[in-house]
Amino acid sequence: MSEPTTALRLDVYKTYKLFVGGKFPRSESGRVYEVTDRKSGEWLANAPQGTRKDTRDAVSAARKAFGGWSGATAYNRGQILYRAAEMLQGRREQYIAEVALSEGLTAKKAAPLVDAAVDRLVWYAGWTDKVAQIAGNANPVAGPYFNLSTPEPTGVVGVVAPQSGHGFSLLGLVSVLAPVVATGNTAVVALAPGAPLPGLSLGEVLATSDLPGGVVNLISGRTEDIAPTLASHADVNALDLSGVVADEGPASAKSLETAAADTLKRVLRPESASYDWTTAPGTDRLLTFLETKTVWHPMGM
Amino acid sequence: MALFDYAPAPESRAAAGDIASTYGHFIDGEFVESTGSEALKTIDPSTEEVLAEFAQGTEADVDRAVAAARKAFTSWSALPGAERGKYLFRIARIIQERSRELAVLESIDNGKPIKETRDVDLPLVAAHFFYYAGWADKLEFAGYGSNPRPVGVAAQVIPWNFPLLMLAWKIAPALATGNTVVLKPAETTPLTALRFAEICRQAGLPKGVVNIITGDGRTGAALTAHPEIDKVAFTGSTEVGRAIARTLAGTTKRLSLELGGKAANIVFDDAPIDQAVEGIVDGIFFNQGHVCCAGSRLLVQESVHDDVMDALKRRMSTLRVGDPLDKNTDIGAINSAAQLARIQELTAAGEAEGAERWSPACELPSAGYWFAPTVFSNVSATHRIAREEIFGPVLSVLTFRTPEEAVAKANNTPYGLSAGIWTEKGSRILWMASKLRAGVVWSNTFNKFDPTSPFGGYKESGYGREGGRHGLEAYLDV
Repeated sequence: MSEPTTALRLDVYKTYKLFVGGKFPRSESGRVYEVTDRKSGEWLANAPQGTRKDTRDAVSAARKAFGGWSGATAYNRGQILYRAAEMLQGRREQYIAEVALSEGLTAKKAAPLVDAAVDRLVWYAGWTDKVAQIAGNANPVAGPYFNLSTPEPTGVVGVVAPQSGHGFSLLGLVSVLAPVVATGNTAVVALAPGAPLPGLSLGEVLATSDLPGGVVNLISGRTEDIAPTLASHADVNALDLSGVVADEGPASAKSLETAAADTLKRVLRPESASYDWTTAPGTDRLLTFLETKTVWHPMGM
Repeated sequence: MALFDYAPAPESRAAAGDIASTYGHFIDGEFVESTGSEALKTIDPSTEEVLAEFAQGTEADVDRAVAAARKAFTSWSALPGAERGKYLFRIARIIQERSRELAVLESIDNGKPIKETRDVDLPLVAAHFFYYAGWADKLEFAGYGSNPRPVGVAAQVIPWNFPLLMLAWKIAPALATGNTVVLKPAETTPLTALRFAEICRQAGLPKGVVNIITGDGRTGAALTAHPEIDKVAFTGSTEVGRAIARTLAGTTKRLSLELGGKAANIVFDDAPIDQAVEGIVDGIFFNQGHVCCAGSRLLVQESVHDDVMDALKRRMSTLRVGDPLDKNTDIGAINSAAQLARIQELTAAGEAEGAERWSPACELPSAGYWFAPTVFSNVSATHRIAREEIFGPVLSVLTFRTPEEAVAKANNTPYGLSAGIWTEKGSRILWMASKLRAGVVWSNTFNKFDPTSPFGGYKESGYGREGGRHGLEAYLDV
C-alpha cells in the first residue's frame, strides 16, 4: 500500500453577480469589470458591470416588493433584519477578507468593521417596532377629533453606497441600507464601483434571511450609469446620495438632485468623503425616508 | 325658488381699515420704497376694482431684505426661547384683537367669503402663532436632539388661496425656532401680509426678524435663488416647486414644499348620505375650491351613485354664490382672471372629453370673476379633470365597486396630499387610511385644520410638514 499522493487543489472562485428581485442575475449587458486589491492592485474578481437596464429592472423589483414589505408587521421586519445579522456573523471570516482587500486594511483592522456591521444590523433590527413611537404623535386638536400622526415609508429609495471613509465597503453600506429597509422602504443600491465585493456578497446574506425578493437590490458598475438612472426614474420616491463623490458630471449631487426634482424625490445629500462609518448612527437616517400621515377621526356617540 | 329668501347681510368694507394707495416693502422694521419703479395692482376680484398699487420687488430689494434678515439673525437666534415666544404670543393676541379688520381685508383682496375668513382663516392664524409661541422655549423636548439650532435665514414664498394663514404657517414656526425670514406674499393678495407688518411693529418685534417683499414670480425666483439664504419654504404649484428644487440642487440649503393635490373623497354605500354630502360640498366648494387639499375627485361606490348625486345636486342648489362680504355667501369670487381662465379651460376639456357637466341655476354678478359650483359625472380616470388640479369649484365624480378598487383609483395620481373616507365601518376606515398614499386623511369629515396637526404631502405634493411638533423640523438644523 502506498501513501496517497498529495494532489494540487485549486480554489473555487466565486462568480460575483448582481442581486435583483431576490435572484442573482448577471448584468444584462454580459459585461464585467476588474476589481482589484486596494493595496496591491492585483486582480481579485470580475464584478458585473450593471447597466441602466439592470437598474430599471431593479426598480421594478423594488416597486413590486414595496406593498408586501411596507405592509409587513414591524416585528416581522425586525426579525428579518436580525436574521441578516446572524447570517453576517456566520460569514464573518469571509467578510473580513473582502473588507480588508476592499479598503486596503489588515485582517486585524477589518475584523472590528465587520463586527460593527453585524451590530449595526442588530441596532436597526430593534428599531423597526419603535420608530413609529418616536416619530408619530397624538395631536391635541381644538375639536372633537381623534387625531393621530404616524410615519410611513416613503417608497422605493435609490441609494448611492459609500465610496470612501473608514469602514465604507461593508459597514458604510449597511449603515445607509439598514435604516432604509428597517422603516419599510425598498432599496436599489449603486454599490461602490471600486469596492463592490462586500456589497455583492451581502446579497447572499440577505437572500438567506427571509428578506422578500426585491426589498434590497444591489447593482455594481459605473456610478455614472446607475445613479442618474435612479435619480430620473419616475418610480423612485427618494434618493440617498451618501456615497456621491463626484463634484461635477452626471453622478454629481447637483446633477442627481436636479434630475430628482422632476418628480420631487426626497433627497438625502452626500456624506463627507472622509466620514468615519464607525460613528454611532443616532436616529437621523432612520427618520429620513418617512412620510408623516395624519388621520382625523370624529368623536361622537 | 328657495323656501326663504335671504336678505343681504353685508359686512362693512370700512372694517378693513385704511388701504393705502401704494405700498412698498417691509424691510428691517420699516416700510420702504422699492429700488425699482415697477408697480403692480391688487384688485378686489369680486368687483375688479383696484385696491392698491404695490412694488414689484427687484433683486436689489431682495438683497436688502436678506441682508436685514441676516443681520437680525445673530441676536434673534441668541434670544432666550422664552422671550422669542413672548413676541409670538403678543402677535397672536394682536391678531385676535384685529381679526375683524384682517378678515374683511382678506375677503376684499382674495374674494373669499367673509364667513370663511372670519370663522376659519383668522381663528387658525391666531391659533398657529399661539401654538408655536409655546414651543420657542421647549425645543429641546421636541425630539430633535438636546440642542436644536435654527437654520438661519428662511426665504418663504406663499400662495394666494389662504394669504394670511399661509403666512402664519410659515412665519410662526420659523420665528419660534430662532430663524429670521423674508416672506413674499402672492401678487394677487399682498394686503394682509403688509398689514401683518404693522402688527410686527405693534408687537415690538426686533427689526429685520420679519421682512416682507412683494412682487410676482420674478421676485420669488430672485429670493429663492439668493446665495445668502439658508432655507426655502414654498407653498404653491408643483411646477414652481420643481423649479425651486432644481435651483437648490447641489447646495446645502434646506427646502420644504407644500404643493398641489388631487384628493380622492371616497364614499362607501354604508355612509350616511346627507352627512357625506355636506363633506363633499365642504371638500370641494370651501374657498371656491382654491384649496390644495380639496376633495376634487369624488369616488362613490356604484350602488349609491345615483342617490349621492341626487342629494349632492339638491345641496349644491342651495349654495349662495356672490358678494364675499355678505355673511350669507357660501362661494365667493375666483381670485383672478388667470385662475378663472384655467378653470374654464379645464372644464371645457371635461366636456370635450365626454364627461357630463352640471351646475345649479345660479345668477353670477356681472363684474368680477365668478364660476358656478360645478360637478362632472361619468368621469374616467384618464380625463384631464380627473388628473389635473383645477383649483376651482369643480368636482369630478368617478365610481368604484370594492375597497381595493377605491384605493387603487385614489392612489392613481402623482399627488398625495389628502384624502377623505366616508363609511360607518370603523375597521374599514383604518384599513383605507393605511392604504391611501396621502399626508392627511379625513374620515367622516373633510378640510379640518389645526395648528397641532401636521399637514403636508406624499409624492409630488411636496415634502416636509407644517403644523404640530413635526412642523418644527423644517426650521431646525437637525
